[in-house]
Amino acid sequence: MTDGARALLALEDGTVFAGRSCGAAGEASGEAVFNTSMSGYQEVLTDPSYAGQIVTMTMPHIGNYGVNEADMESRGVFATGFVMRECSRVSSNWRAEESLRGFLTRHGVVAIEGIDTRRLTRHIREAGAMRAVISTEDLDPASLVAKAAAAPGLAGRDLVAEVAFAERFVWGGEMPPECEIPVDTGVLPANPRYRVACLDSGIKYNILRRLAELGCECIVLPPTTTAEDVLALEPDGVFLANGPGDPSAVDYLYETLRDLLGERPVFGICLGHQMLSLALGASTYKLKYGHRGGNQPVMNLLTGGVEITSQNHGFCVDFSAIGPLMPEESGGLAHDVDDLGAWVRSGVAPVVRSERFGRVQLTHVNLNDMTVEGVRALDLPAFSVQYHPEAAPGPHDARYLFGAFARLMDGDEAIYEVQGD
Amino acid sequence: MSRHDRALVERQRVPRRDDIHKILIIGSGPIVIGQACEFDYSGAQACKVLREDGYEVVLVNSNPATIMTDPEFADRTYVEPITPTFIEKIIAAERPDALLPTLGGQTGLNAAMALAESGILDAYGVELIGATLPVIKKGEDRKLFREAMERIGLDVPKSGYAYSVQDAERLVGEIGFPAVIRPSFTLGGAGGGIAYNVDELRDIVTHGVALSPVGEVLVEESILGWKEYEMEVMRDAKDNCVIVCSIENFDAMGVHTGDSITVAPAQTLTDREYQTMRDASLAIMREIGVQTGGSNVQFAVDPDDGRLVVIEMNPRVSRSSALASKATGFPIAKFAAKLAVGYTLDEIPNDITRETPACFEPSIDYTVVKVPRWAFEKFPGTDTTLTTRMKSVGEAMAIGRTFAEALGKAMRSLENGRAGLGADGKDEFDEEHFDALLATPNEQRPFYIAEAYRRGWTTGEIATLTRIDPWFLDQIEAMVAAENAVRERGLDGMDAEAMRAAKRSGLSDAQIAYLTGADEAQVRQQRLDLGVRPTFKSVDTCAAEFAAQTPYYYKTYEDEDEVAPSDRPKVMILGAGPNRIGQGIEFDYCCVHGAYALSALGYETIMVNCNPETVSTDYDTSDRLYFEPLTLEDVLDICDAEQPEGVLVTFGGQTPLKLARALEERGVPILGTPPEAIDLAEDRKRFAGVLDDLGIAYPAAGTATTIEEAVEVAARIGYPLLVRPSYVLGGRGMVIAYGEEYLVRYVRQATEVSPDHPVLLDRFLEGAIEVDVDAVCDGTSVYIGGVMEHIEEAGIHSGDSACCVPPFSLGTDTIDRIKTHARDLALALGVRGLMNVQFAVKDEEVYVLEVNPRASRTVPYVSKATGVPLAKVAARVMAGRPLAEMGLPAEDRELGRYCVKEAVMPFGRFPGTDSILGPEMKSTGEVMGVAPDFPAAYAKSQLAIDYSLPSGGTAFISVCDRDKRSVVPIARHLQQLGFSIMSTTGTARLLRANGLAVREVLKVHEGRPNIVDAIVNGDVQLVINTPFGRETRSDGYHIRTAAVQHGVSNITTLAAAQASAQAIEAMLSGRLDVIALQDFGGTA
Repeated sequence: MTDGARALLALEDGTVFAGRSCGAAGEASGEAVFNTSMSGYQEVLTDPSYAGQIVTMTMPHIGNYGVNEADMESRGVFATGFVMRECSRVSSNWRAEESLRGFLTRHGVVAIEGIDTRRLTRHIREAGAMRAVISTEDLDPASLVAKAAAAPGLAGRDLVAEVAFAERFVWGGEMPPECEIPVDTGVLPANPRYRVACLDSGIKYNILRRLAELGCECIVLPPTTTAEDVLALEPDGVFLANGPGDPSAVDYLYETLRDLLGERPVFGICLGHQMLSLALGASTYKLKYGHRGGNQPVMNLLTGGVEITSQNHGFCVDFSAIGPLMPEESGGLAHDVDDLGAWVRSGVAPVVRSERFGRVQLTHVNLNDMTVEGVRALDLPAFSVQYHPEAAPGPHDARYLFGAFARLMDGDEAIYEVQGD
Repeated sequence: MSRHDRALVERQRVPRRDDIHKILIIGSGPIVIGQACEFDYSGAQACKVLREDGYEVVLVNSNPATIMTDPEFADRTYVEPITPTFIEKIIAAERPDALLPTLGGQTGLNAAMALAESGILDAYGVELIGATLPVIKKGEDRKLFREAMERIGLDVPKSGYAYSVQDAERLVGEIGFPAVIRPSFTLGGAGGGIAYNVDELRDIVTHGVALSPVGEVLVEESILGWKEYEMEVMRDAKDNCVIVCSIENFDAMGVHTGDSITVAPAQTLTDREYQTMRDASLAIMREIGVQTGGSNVQFAVDPDDGRLVVIEMNPRVSRSSALASKATGFPIAKFAAKLAVGYTLDEIPNDITRETPACFEPSIDYTVVKVPRWAFEKFPGTDTTLTTRMKSVGEAMAIGRTFAEALGKAMRSLENGRAGLGADGKDEFDEEHFDALLATPNEQRPFYIAEAYRRGWTTGEIATLTRIDPWFLDQIEAMVAAENAVRERGLDGMDAEAMRAAKRSGLSDAQIAYLTGADEAQVRQQRLDLGVRPTFKSVDTCAAEFAAQTPYYYKTYEDEDEVAPSDRPKVMILGAGPNRIGQGIEFDYCCVHGAYALSALGYETIMVNCNPETVSTDYDTSDRLYFEPLTLEDVLDICDAEQPEGVLVTFGGQTPLKLARALEERGVPILGTPPEAIDLAEDRKRFAGVLDDLGIAYPAAGTATTIEEAVEVAARIGYPLLVRPSYVLGGRGMVIAYGEEYLVRYVRQATEVSPDHPVLLDRFLEGAIEVDVDAVCDGTSVYIGGVMEHIEEAGIHSGDSACCVPPFSLGTDTIDRIKTHARDLALALGVRGLMNVQFAVKDEEVYVLEVNPRASRTVPYVSKATGVPLAKVAARVMAGRPLAEMGLPAEDRELGRYCVKEAVMPFGRFPGTDSILGPEMKSTGEVMGVAPDFPAAYAKSQLAIDYSLPSGGTAFISVCDRDKRSVVPIARHLQQLGFSIMSTTGTARLLRANGLAVREVLKVHEGRPNIVDAIVNGDVQLVINTPFGRETRSDGYHIRTAAVQHGVSNITTLAAAQASAQAIEAMLSGRLDVIALQDFGGTA
């Protein structure tokens, strides 16, 4: 209910929303985006990929089940602001340890409730993601709009350095000092089968939990770690994490990756997928308003099955930029590489040739807007997906991809053979 | 591409099933408690989509009031009993390739199982599609289901099976009290309950074992007070699985989900818990093996530690899937039908966005609340506590941005006179049992919760008593706080912000009026003056992520309005609201036909309704759908937004009709018959004047405002009398008084007689034949759609009596006089559209009992019986088209068939209530029997309800004195048919005197073994027992109750007894053939 102090949300195009504060007092700017997940606000808030963004939840009731330590996806909150229709007054769940309001306040997150979040969502859908400011201090709409217009955007911005851990650490071992909250590591392997070097660009804890469950010893490394240092660890595989910002600005990471490709099996998620794609020669572009939610349908072109996936990305990979189509490897078809809908309808996973790394296959496509969701190198062991198989929040349909990583590290070719688990 | 990958690509192609051409769909039969018109919605969608895809559809459904049985919805439509015998005849005649069993509720599924198990499907080469027999069994059979859950490592409540009281007691020794008892294979959990002690255990188990077709009950660990959830799942042949909707029950475990307030989406689960439940749902779908289609899985969660247990799954579309479809805009039944013929979810476009595929999970950015509608007032003597056995007769759904807003809307949608969650001047609380009424689930509990907050209770205290989640309670607390804020400010003290806050908390104008001592019109004016106007938002399946192409709206108080009215001429159709006794699917049928007809004339049609079970609230039915309560406030708001050229108020029964005057006064144009004519027909004095002018007879009548006056009026008119309070509708509280003593007792006890609330007294025409007429008038001419002769004599509510088209015993001259009267009345009243007249024929005289210038309950039945779609004809008339240009068939044509409508009674659901018929309507639904002669048609109507007619054995006959003479030929007929006759002393003496052999049996109070023992022991196959006056707890009551409980055919009127004897003869002669509506001829 709206009993907090007055607060305003202003967009760079002059649109202003009035509401009430339900978090920390102050002012925050970022790119306004919306997330359509109906549960999992805590995981969203603590996902480092949301750095630089003001997140609007389309679900009108938020905060209902409170907040707890086990559901943290990182050491803190990375979204710069939070927008809700109604922030619950009570926390009703057997695991609740704190109210969302208390949590937001404690983490210094400026949050606003009581606004027409559907109007905001429709506005972003039509006008595209844009810069915004939430304030509990400056209630002058014109002034706030000016601040929004002056705020830094995401395009061309590297936020990875801001969210990654400064020091390397082993998952399940001692956490770095910046991590103040106890961590739920999940089940750790007694005798690890694999050693995985995780290049941290804002890694979510649930990725590490999933890898650990798979039998991996996870060594989390700062994003600036050199290929040489990575290989010195003699890892069985290299994992590229999710993360915030514009992937094209994180050139050091995909340059490092180019030196690792072919040396060790590689699996990338989200920003990690963009890193792999960029390393293979693709380009990336900014989506109008991104994919953020837990209901995105993705077709696995190799099985024809559809996964309901958890997503959070504002940038996307241009697959055709990797290189020319190889019709003989693409079911004999010569569709336009960019017409992903045509490949989906034919049930064929097209293959292009990367000048430096050989054949690259498009493996996953988003059925809502027919954009790239997954690629795989055929001449060296590497694959990646744009979405979040680790979920948290979101459905578990794509968990099989962790199994695929294990098979890749085992040297299997048919890594996608088993779907579901 | 590797060979491996190519093989995978090959495997993914699942083609449309071109090997099947003709598909049989089984409907769910009559509306009963636990199985309402949601299956008309799902079945109609399936028929439509399969035919669009080029399949031939053969349909069987005994319910004529359904849209799906409209002849244009299937290639071959059989309004026949849903029994293996009849369906086999249909299969033999039609030779379908496949049977889709998952769309006709439990009835359809049971019939399909019976057909499969008996080998009929194999014999005719009919394939079950969607779900095979082993799948259905695994989903339905609790034992197999438990085993399946254990195989996939899911937790279920501790339980065991009992076949006797002894078994049950042994199990409870292990499980402990309270224990939940669930009979196997009964509809809507019939016969189930919660036992807190040994006595209750014995009672429920005895009853449950008797009701279960396999004589089995599950005795289960109580998870009372746990949180309850439902998941609606869909799966396609490629194993793509999606959750369409999660539903959280407001009421804790222990209340049947059909009787619970439910909320979508789930509100109090963390993502971890939600995903665990999602994983479990998909695993269950796969383990049970539902190949394609929708299923419903129910879970319980321990609020203290999160333990998740699986309760059950339904491998078919259900009431919840209809709710989920309406709640999300994702049409489960429609897609289930497509999946059954081989399509996959990714091949089906999302209807609403049109751009994105159906293979996704809807995200909703609003809150949906469903509240059940009960009708306990109709069944005195029954226990009104809500249990695991469903008792509600309907439901209303409301959409708001927040739970509070949606709950407020739902509470004012129920058509029970309430304007919201209390604070409307109608709050009444039982002070003595206040805490108990909070602690036990019951119809009034939400009002008690709000009141508890008003009295200063805390959420913790209320949660402890109710076991309702504190999050829901907190929302109610906020609603009460909003009430208080309004009360404190007063209407004049409310500025725009305060008004907006009140509206956003779900308060109606009527509640604000009550709280501020203003009237509703003042509140509306003040609100509009302050600029506080509602906004309309779309239901779009995707939380606005993509643009919605389908105009499906709800109202809320927000910043942005998404409705852009078109410039096409538009009409608004007001629906019928929640199903309840007296107002059922028939009115929804008329509204849907109204939309179809007006759309065909080029109008943009706008539907307003709040019943999620219906076809009218399918966004495919009209051009625009507003899912809103049918209150003056909500309807006016939509009128303001849409500015319709006309509003259709006469198709949706009482609900929209009662708004007609107020809408007209506020300048809303009313289509067709003017409200003035409606008032004229309802005003007894003025209407009597009309009848006098036309020279039409009517029963003598009078009004009394005191007991003395009532006695005086009665003496003038003469007994027997039909007596009723003036201020209730639908026969509520109406009785027949045969003498002064009863009259005085009734007036004193049952009514609050006063000058404001007079009692109406009419001469009761005992023994008269009742006749209904449905007609359409265009102002200059009248078309008589049908003349219905009732089987039961006058005195039984027309909604509860069987009737026949054409009349089977009336003379031509009488029928002509009836038609002439109807014509004269329609013209005299100025009817433009539909009109229903009730007549009574006694001693050659034709009396008019009642005229209703609106759609009646019988319109769908008459339309189906005659092949003339009366509601469509009437809609065209209301749009200004003359009857003369419609090419309607001659009224006096030979139909060449008899169509009998029979009412379906819910007595089995309400143990303790008497099963006699009277002037107060109690039926929930209807069936139709069609045959070349009346007895065969009547036989089919009985078979359609009971699924069997006794073919021999013992007939127990006990009738009141006035029926004694007339019962003799009936008894003789039954004896000739091979029945042996059993009677109590009086009737036995009479029958023996007439040369019949009779076995005598003791009355209940005469000792034992008596007639009730005989019924319980299965020694009686047919009961004919006519009551005298309003007896309670008498012999008759015990006999009828025992018959209802033990499923013995139970006839309470002589006319029905006579018809039944003829029907049994028709059945025994083996001449009950099946007939398709498409073979009737006539226009449709």
